[in-house]
Amino acid sequence: MAVKVLIPTPLRPHADGRAAAEFPAKTVAEALVQLTSEFADLKRHLFTEEGRLRSFVNVYVNGEDIRYLAQENTPTKDGDTINIIPSIAGGS
Amino acid sequence: MNKADSIRVWISADLAEKVRRHGTETYPDECCGALLGRDASSEGGVEKPREILELFPLVNRREDSPRNRFSVTPEDVIEADRTAQARGMDVVGWYHSHPDHPAKPSEYDREHAWPWYSYIIVSVQKGAPQEMTSWRLEDDRGSYSQETIEIRKEASAQV
Repeated sequence: MAVKVLIPTPLRPHADGRAAAEFPAKTVAEALVQLTSEFADLKRHLFTEEGRLRSFVNVYVNGEDIRYLAQENTPTKDGDTINIIPSIAGGS
Repeated sequence: MNKADSIRVWISADLAEKVRRHGTETYPDECCGALLGRDASSEGGVEKPREILELFPLVNRREDSPRNRFSVTPEDVIEADRTAQARGMDVVGWYHSHPDHPAKPSEYDREHAWPWYSYIIVSVQKGAPQEMTSWRLEDDRGSYSQETIEIRKEASAQV
């Protein structure tokens, strides 16, 4: 058993084409560290150079936005699903 | 520009016109929406570029500065993804307009871009649609590559 991380379409080319990966993790941060160690190219798209999650990267645990939980310290347990959902922004 | 030659995206004349019209309708605010379709493939030695088969117009969520910014919430992204999947497609990119600005990605566009997606930009000058371009973020996040938009009379493949 482990925590399942769902990988959004635009990041799959940097994750061997995978739509999901599983890691043993007690927090969201632990899961994301393992995800970006296994697929190092994901790191620059998920995190700023200072190591913070980028503003347009939204992370949900079992459907709940971690911004309303304990951010990256949100605890996870076996069987939980972490979903990484893009938001899209731009302009002139 | 060598990379620009290698990345292409197909869109029908009808859908390209719809993107332009959306930009005109929301002028002087930015419009935005998802591009549904299929990624490039090669089957039996036949190379097919990425193709856009349907638009998913969205409401610009930036109420504070809609004239030079657009934003699509994660809920909108989930809905666009679901709609695409129900039709056997993917969200292959996003479009937005640049009111009274050229169809070139801004620094703000680049900072907020995801890899892989096609980003179509249509310039709308004084309410009239002008140039339309498409871009993909480089893997190092440092720049964009322009991709060639091939406008076809009809979408090549139906679901």
